[in-house]
Amino acid sequence: MANEPKETVKLEVFRWHPEKGGEPSFQSYEVPFHKDWVVLDALNHIKDTIDGSLTYRWSCRMGVCGSCGMMVNGVPKLTCAAFLRDYHPETIRVEPLANFPVERDLVINLEDFLKKLSSVYPWIHREKTDSLAQELRQTPKQLATFKQFSMCINCMLCYAACPIYGHGEDVIGPAALSLARRYNLDSRDQATEKRKDVVYSEHGIWDCTFVGECSTVCPKHVDPAGAIQQSKVEATNEFMLGPFYPRGKR
Amino acid sequence: MLPKRAMSWSEYMTLKRGAYRVFMLREVSSLFNALYMVFLIVMLHDLRGPKADYDAFLALLWSPAMIPLHAVAFAFALLHTITFFNAMGKAIVIRSGEERISEGGMAVPAYAAWVVATLFVVWFLGHG
Amino acid sequence: MDLIEHDVLIVGGGGAGLRAAIAVAEANAKLSIGLVSKVYPMRSHTVAAEGGTAAVIKSDDSLEAHAYDTISGGDWMSDQDAVEAFVAEAPRELIQTEHWGCPWSREPDGRVAVRPFGGMKIMRTWFAADKTGFHLLHTLFQTSLKYEQIIRYDEWLVTKLVVDEGRCVGVVALELRTGRVRPLGAKAVVIATGGAGRIFPFTTNGAIKTGDGMAIAYRAGCALKDMEFVQYHPTGLPGTGILITEAARGEGGILVNKNGYRYLQDYDLGKPLDVTDPRHPQLRSMELGPRDRLSQAFMKEHDKGNTIEGPYGDVVHLDVRHLGEKKIDKKIPFVRELSKNYAGIDPVHEPIPVRPVVHYMMGGIDTDIHAATSVPGLFAAGECACVSINGANRLGSNSLTELLVFGARAGRSAASFAADQKAARREVLQTQAKDEQERIGRDLVRKTNGKERISTLRSEMNAAMESGCGIYRTEASLKKACDTIVSLRARYRDIVLDDRSNVFNTDVTSALELDFMLEIAATVCFSALARKESRGSHQRTDFPKRDDTAFLKHSLAHAGGAGAAPKITYKDVVITKWAPGARVYGK
Repeated sequence: MANEPKETVKLEVFRWHPEKGGEPSFQSYEVPFHKDWVVLDALNHIKDTIDGSLTYRWSCRMGVCGSCGMMVNGVPKLTCAAFLRDYHPETIRVEPLANFPVERDLVINLEDFLKKLSSVYPWIHREKTDSLAQELRQTPKQLATFKQFSMCINCMLCYAACPIYGHGEDVIGPAALSLARRYNLDSRDQATEKRKDVVYSEHGIWDCTFVGECSTVCPKHVDPAGAIQQSKVEATNEFMLGPFYPRGKR
Repeated sequence: MLPKRAMSWSEYMTLKRGAYRVFMLREVSSLFNALYMVFLIVMLHDLRGPKADYDAFLALLWSPAMIPLHAVAFAFALLHTITFFNAMGKAIVIRSGEERISEGGMAVPAYAAWVVATLFVVWFLGHG
Repeated sequence: MDLIEHDVLIVGGGGAGLRAAIAVAEANAKLSIGLVSKVYPMRSHTVAAEGGTAAVIKSDDSLEAHAYDTISGGDWMSDQDAVEAFVAEAPRELIQTEHWGCPWSREPDGRVAVRPFGGMKIMRTWFAADKTGFHLLHTLFQTSLKYEQIIRYDEWLVTKLVVDEGRCVGVVALELRTGRVRPLGAKAVVIATGGAGRIFPFTTNGAIKTGDGMAIAYRAGCALKDMEFVQYHPTGLPGTGILITEAARGEGGILVNKNGYRYLQDYDLGKPLDVTDPRHPQLRSMELGPRDRLSQAFMKEHDKGNTIEGPYGDVVHLDVRHLGEKKIDKKIPFVRELSKNYAGIDPVHEPIPVRPVVHYMMGGIDTDIHAATSVPGLFAAGECACVSINGANRLGSNSLTELLVFGARAGRSAASFAADQKAARREVLQTQAKDEQERIGRDLVRKTNGKERISTLRSEMNAAMESGCGIYRTEASLKKACDTIVSLRARYRDIVLDDRSNVFNTDVTSALELDFMLEIAATVCFSALARKESRGSHQRTDFPKRDDTAFLKHSLAHAGGAGAAPKITYKDVVITKWAPGARVYGK
């Protein structure tokens, strides 16, 4: 920029390298303060001009690809949506997403997340192949029942916020359970029974104690806590009503 | 790879983030609710017994420790009720066309029922 | 080192790559498929597309009309046989995504809804609110999880294609997690790596759009076609370049200059209707004109001093206030969210500051209508390819459809090619991987003597492209850009990195991406310099007219040798039914 602002802001960034091992450390960087900048801009500034070894993921910088989730002052955030002005003049601490193994610096290993996502059969299942001559009908009302749960960008902030996932191994977790509900509610899907084995299992909805932080941190207002509690109500009703439970989609 | 780092339970309690602290308190409140249930069961039991037992129970209620104990139990009961009512909306989805009745809106009938029940209890105790 | 072998390898996990993978699996269940992507597939830039995807399904529409809109939109550079195939297959492809669960917005009776879009005379743009790319990508990704024969290699950066005995037999890729360069053998390879918007400074494109696949195909002997045609999207946010979808105009949004005047009426795009007029927005008119004309109008307004000054350059205002909060939240909610977060305004109450930003590359790897390149066994689809259906200017909402139609074609072509091939010679693959590991180690990781920084060279490349090869170009500006790019390529040999490690070295990946970008930037500038006419998004103030006699041809950039300028040749555009005519909008 032509006129560098005189103000700066300090970032304390988590560093760890598998080839060096040992304990993680924090490295301090002084970054120019622009009121339009987000934490990601600050990280890019560091990488471009100060320390090219700082390692992190990013791409779209508009909150839709889900790459840049990190802990900012202990809160899971998309760094492309965390504005410096909301923290300045306090120091900003940036760490990798909690509850995931760390590959290096701010990069986490998300294989477990993908495994959990895949475990809920996240695709439309149809008994027969449908003709490609026309679309399956779905009214705006039917779309509205599941639309919110289809908005997940797989950023994993909810997993970083969930204490149960943090302490458990097989916990399926908020995003996967929301996605399962998305498909269960979709009028076109015919695999609800199969998903129930996974969703209604011990490590599915029943591990959840409704802390609710997943929904608080979700940048897309998917409301995974809502999805899980609604699934609990449904599971209970089904169990209680037994053969009288109305099956089939609304 | 560094193994996954999760916050410890004590960190959740003392963390500046009010949400985790409220959650822990909410969970703990059930303990107090359970204890008070035991208390009520004992009272009912003593009510069925000879008057002496009931008088002993009343005397216990007047002891100095009871006031703070009841105050704490009441505070937790309030916390439990309010957090529960506010959270109810998440689990219940009612739609009008494509729009969803707001989550907060779900708490209104619950609070209303609570007020009505309280008024009934007050009336009952007054006329009992 | 263990050699990974598949029947078909797909490089790139976005819309086109995922569609191709599914197409291979459905064409032949016995084929093993490797999907290699430098990012996890749901991060691919398809995710950022907003407005919609076009296909003919309504009774008032016809394939002819879609074809004509596309061809005239492309200023007659589109190959008409490809366009005819494209519009014919589009409806089936989109219905397939609907069957796969894509949450298309609907009419009250449950049929898929369509919205108006730029340059189209009849509404045919399917949409999922204004996050169409996001929904399409996630639908494709989640559907791909059904097929166990698709094996993914996430965060593997392909740095080179392996060509042996006259055909493509695989790739070598840097596995980010370990820093090891691994060979992957295949009987057919599909490239679906997207465009290269990041060669410009202001772009809607994410960090990953660095033209990797185009560059490696170019180096393997493929020509890059029509590289001079770069699309500026008329409405990007100033500074960040974040996309504000054309759908905002499709729903009735208007563009005004600093005097509150709807300036597009001065640029042969028709006459404005009042926003309360039920016929507004009029299709193929005013704000629903083609993107190249709208971006050019901005530049002309800027020269006249009618644009509004802003901290990140001049802007105009995109006004959607008259739509009302309810319609905005229903039809363009993401626009509202982005404006609030990144422009600091609520479009319900204030107009959105916008300016043209680089968005899409019409050019790319030269393919035929079956997605085959000139190298046997190598196929390409999506933004990285040029068939060409988009010609000199792409219509909005044709690109997402292109991913599906040509992604599927590439998959089917690759599947049928692979079925007849024998496996590659292993030694060749392994030697190439070893050589590439050595090159990266020597020239990047271990190198200590050097004085150039990646970010410096990248900024200078960006500046050169924007000033020399932007919306309006001249001989002088282009020559300057060409010279700068050539000198940057020479300076690239002198870069030195900060990161000398192996695990997840993003300094190395940035350096490799910069190398690819410089390669692509050169093809863009030199192709633009050679095209002495104005057509679509390529505008020369020194050659302001379209010249069908000399230039109704595609440019082909061929690799000329290390550091040398690309060699430019030409090939005829395929004309079937629609003789070149005038592009008429606003009538």
